[in-house]
Amino acid sequence: MIVLKVENVTVGYTAVDILHGVSMEAKSGEIVSIIGPNGAGKSTLLKAIFGLLKPHQGKIILNDEDITGLKPDRIARKGISYVPQVDNVFPSLTIQENLEMGAFIRTDDFSQRLEEVYDLFPVMRERKKDKAGQLSGGQRQMVAMGRALMLDPQVLLLDEPSAGLAPLLVADIFEKVKEINATGVVIVIVEQNAREALKMAHHAYVLAMGRNVMDDKGEVLLADEEIGRLYLGG
Amino acid sequence: MPELITYGIVLGSIIALGAIGLTLVYGIIRFANFAHGDLMSAGAYVALFVVTDFLAWVGIPDTNFGPFSFGWRMLIAFPISMVAVACVAIIFDRILYRKLRSKGSGAVIFAMSSLGAAFILRMVILIVWGADSLFYRPGMLRPAMDLPLGIKIRPDQVLIVIIAFSLIIFLHLFLQSTKMGKAMRATADNMQLALVSGIDTERIIIWTWGIGGALAAAGGILYGIDVQLQPSMGWNFLIPLFAAAILGTIGNIYGALLGGLIIGVAQQVSTAFLMPTYKPAVAFIIMIIILLVRPRGIFGGKSA
Repeated sequence: MIVLKVENVTVGYTAVDILHGVSMEAKSGEIVSIIGPNGAGKSTLLKAIFGLLKPHQGKIILNDEDITGLKPDRIARKGISYVPQVDNVFPSLTIQENLEMGAFIRTDDFSQRLEEVYDLFPVMRERKKDKAGQLSGGQRQMVAMGRALMLDPQVLLLDEPSAGLAPLLVADIFEKVKEINATGVVIVIVEQNAREALKMAHHAYVLAMGRNVMDDKGEVLLADEEIGRLYLGG
Repeated sequence: MPELITYGIVLGSIIALGAIGLTLVYGIIRFANFAHGDLMSAGAYVALFVVTDFLAWVGIPDTNFGPFSFGWRMLIAFPISMVAVACVAIIFDRILYRKLRSKGSGAVIFAMSSLGAAFILRMVILIVWGADSLFYRPGMLRPAMDLPLGIKIRPDQVLIVIIAFSLIIFLHLFLQSTKMGKAMRATADNMQLALVSGIDTERIIIWTWGIGGALAAAGGILYGIDVQLQPSMGWNFLIPLFAAAILGTIGNIYGALLGGLIIGVAQQVSTAFLMPTYKPAVAFIIMIIILLVRPRGIFGGKSA
């Protein structure tokens, strides 16, 4: 079943379009990776889905409902959460407060969800009174994901979660992404670390110059000679 | 000297009330509000209106309240004025600053328009109440108590410090333990991420102005009780407010409290060596020294 569908979206900043008619879809239970060179428009695609940028053309559909042009807080209420690439925690707030802010729009009791998120990231439970600004890059990334999970989203958008992390931590983060996916959350992940992103993807899209280049199963793209040469460093 | 330090703490807690509002607004909306001092004046004069006109008209007698120079009416006027000035601050934001925000105006435009707002507030006060010094209760004897170390202090001044610190503790509890308070801190940390988390940042901005305005009103009334009311009183507070906020690292409310106390004490102690008319210059010199030596203030250093 298709959960999230991007149809022929053209979007950009004030004068310049970054994406020119990009399409993609994510089915329930999937990890969808989006790879491509710098400036391909990968992050822009996530921002457009989450309502941070308004598409000039095209549609974004969540569970058969058109959500194009809605504001981020409306989209969050509909079941999509987003983790920005940088500045994705509140540094002067404690870990626990960061997670509470993730649940800001919830009016029900979210203590059970908080426990589930702590179960997913046990280190965060130990350090819940620490300020997020004191954490290492990898731990911050976990707090950022934890914050986004507090709404119990159907779809989680991750913008380069491995950026700037040591290789060992990168593996940790991808492991967590798979764990989150195993709980039934659809993941749309943008990555520079293309090889790893393809390995865990059920389906992957290659973007270049703001256009779809190719899409297929992760393993198929991984085996593709041209993709290997162009995007995976040989 | 112990006496001057005591007076410094009284003045410092009044400065702190203004500086905390200033720093709160800067932390969330990122602009230097030159009208903040005049919000303090507005608070003092609204309380004056309530005490001498409104409550007299309603028919509430101004019986003495303990050993203090003001009467029962002030207890009613105090919260009314805080709410009224909170509304004034919010109205300025809605009709002026919000428009500038949506246009993406620069810091200089914001600073200049807040300067305009400051003039408007001061001129309204001048038109309504005139330029003379006024008192909440003219002709009151204000006897002082004797404390050890040769400190003479009026009961009013003790109460001023207690009220100021109670309000600050109240703000601390609000910011630390309520959902709205935490959301305010989150928005000050990272407005973009607050938006992404579904926090309605416009609502946060309204709360910020409301709290800043209410605290400014409290500071203005307390100064009016301690000294007198003057249309330019708040404007004259502007440099001490900025000095306190910058000294305590702009955006940090605990820093603004400490900064306020330091500036207040420095201003009062300076009168042992300098003419009292140089008091504002003391705050100005401290501000220049901080900006040269440690521009991010005592708690600064991390954020760029």
